Amino acid sequence: MSSPASAGLDRPYDDAIVKKFLLATLLWGVVGMTVGFWIALELAWWPANLGPWFTFGRLRPLHTNAVIFAFGGNIVFTSMYYSMQRLLKVRMWNDYVSNFHFWGWQLIIVAAAVTLPLGLTQSKEYAELIWPIDLAIAVVFLAGVLNFGMTIARRKVEHLYVAIWFYMSFLITIPVLHVVNSLAIPATLTRSYPVYSGMTDALVQWWYGHNAVGFFLTTPFLGMMYYYLPRASGRPVFSYRLSIVHFWALVFLYIWAGPHHLLYSSLPDWAQTVGMVFSIMLIAPSWGGMLNGLLTLKGSWDRVRTDPVLKFMVVAISFYGMSTFEGPMMSIRAVSALAHYTNWVVGHVHSGALGWVGMISFAIMYWLTPRLWNRKLYSEPLATAHFWLATIGIVLYTVTMWAGGLLEGLMWRAVDDAGQLTYPVFMDIVNEVVPFYWLRVLGGGLYLTGALLMGFNLIRTIMGSVPFESPESVPAK
Amino acid sequence: MSDTHWHRRLIEPRAGLMAILTTALISVGGLVEIVPMFTTGIDPAVAATVQPYTPLEVAGRDIYTREGCYVCHSQMVRPFRDETLRYGAWSRSEEYAWDRPFLLGSRRIGPDLHRVGGKYPDAWHYEHMLDPRSTSPGSVMPSYWWLHESKIDPEDIRASVVALSRVGTPYSPDEIANVPKLLQEQGEGIVTRMAESGSVAAWDDEIVALTAYLQRLGKDRKGVLAEAGAP
Repeated sequence: MSSPASAGLDRPYDDAIVKKFLLATLLWGVVGMTVGFWIALELAWWPANLGPWFTFGRLRPLHTNAVIFAFGGNIVFTSMYYSMQRLLKVRMWNDYVSNFHFWGWQLIIVAAAVTLPLGLTQSKEYAELIWPIDLAIAVVFLAGVLNFGMTIARRKVEHLYVAIWFYMSFLITIPVLHVVNSLAIPATLTRSYPVYSGMTDALVQWWYGHNAVGFFLTTPFLGMMYYYLPRASGRPVFSYRLSIVHFWALVFLYIWAGPHHLLYSSLPDWAQTVGMVFSIMLIAPSWGGMLNGLLTLKGSWDRVRTDPVLKFMVVAISFYGMSTFEGPMMSIRAVSALAHYTNWVVGHVHSGALGWVGMISFAIMYWLTPRLWNRKLYSEPLATAHFWLATIGIVLYTVTMWAGGLLEGLMWRAVDDAGQLTYPVFMDIVNEVVPFYWLRVLGGGLYLTGALLMGFNLIRTIMGSVPFESPESVPAK
Repeated sequence: MSDTHWHRRLIEPRAGLMAILTTALISVGGLVEIVPMFTTGIDPAVAATVQPYTPLEVAGRDIYTREGCYVCHSQMVRPFRDETLRYGAWSRSEEYAWDRPFLLGSRRIGPDLHRVGGKYPDAWHYEHMLDPRSTSPGSVMPSYWWLHESKIDPEDIRASVVALSRVGTPYSPDEIANVPKLLQEQGEGIVTRMAESGSVAAWDDEIVALTAYLQRLGKDRKGVLAEAGAP
């Protein structure tokens, strides 16, 4: 399948691979969010735990893996396969490697969906998959790295555009994190024990875990912002210098922040302090990205009112700014003392995940689908309805989790005048939080409903017959 | 402006240089934070107070991991007054010396478990896993009825003990050879104590292994504190 945009090149752009990744994104997005909805219900109403395979303890890792690596991973690859060919003005290096990358990634996801409910896990958050799957992840991801790397090497343009810098940092850092954190000695085909023990294992895990946020859910998505926001808005990137400064600062600072997951633990004090200080510094490059995104829209804010793609992007970038402010605040020891272990952390993660990652992914899917299949979007009002359902859903979700988190954090620590616990029975506190779990079910349900509307809308678009007419013809730079 | 910027002239045309710079920058933080963790050994006097898990406790820990108990329960008591009042002594790094993987957890949907060992009788855990609401009214925890029906496999646990000894846990050849016997001995002790309260289990039921692990949590630290005369 060739693209009309590639007319005149030696080999046309490969858009078939982009379509595959986009459809996979749609499928796994709905699956991952549905599991999220289910586990939210399990906390509010315990009989929803259908043991042994579908308890909260087994499904929660399936939810996180599905939304991060299946939904998130597939939209990143969708976006990269589309934009890198156009930015480098060359077809992907090798179609066989592209397809190996695609099918390998989907097989890994299926393997995760089977093994996690069976209780086969390494227990490290976002690195739960058992060692044979870990090996497959390394091979398939490196095939992708090779494919993108060779495409960069064969590019027909001299300079690498800012989106490519961010993509490269993702391609380089993820294999390092994955390999170092997954080093283990197998006991059986499905069980292994890490080479690190105790607090060292904890530190390696959160170095990995926080940079899964940094280099899987942030840098590739910033790269996507730098390509798709100018394309969708028809405006050039606000500041080239800002993009240089915030890129290098982000890449350098992010990797240090992991220990903020272990504040007040028995991790050496200096490591906790270093993690906290670097987390606070992260505000600067994060907000550099947010400002560069929002200011890129200067002069086209009128279109934000009417264009669903831009609506999603504006809310995505705003949530990026908000959660990258909240994160550093929560990394301060005194704040962590209250927030750690509570629902507040869950709320924070979801303001970044539903707000930033989810919304910018939806924007790109609405922008790409009509262009890839050359069909007019089936329904713009439905897309706008999705936007409002998602936005209201996120707000309800995060506000509920903030309130529920503060409540349980304060009740845990409350002591009376005699110096004794005000709420010595843990279950009394759990029962105070349950109503917030119900509200979270509602917020997550709205978000999931929006995603289902998008699935319907995009499938009808693909099956439609009205050709797409491009409203803009402004290149990315 | 951008055509004359040094970054555009020197870096953007060179993908290899960009990759090297990125690799260098992402390496610094990890190396500075992680490498020192390998240079600080465990104080032998302290390590002597922290025993490796017995084969039955290893089996229980594997079940704890399999069921994702760590998703809702932390194992790290922070040095705050409310936490030491609620749970007991704050957690120290040497207590985790033989923890592979670490199971600190990141969320307290239920209470911390690092000091749960010895807090309740064995039969309490049997009943709690069968119906959490029978022992903790209002609990949101699922029922883990299958732990009372499934059996542990001694050879499977021997494979775990062998792998753990390969990564550095000091199990003697004798212990490795006698895994099935050690499992049965410790399991039968728990079964006897459970039976005193009317809870009927067999030594190779998964619930027995999980109980062995839970009853072990914090036990070493409690022993040290008791010897030092702490309340």
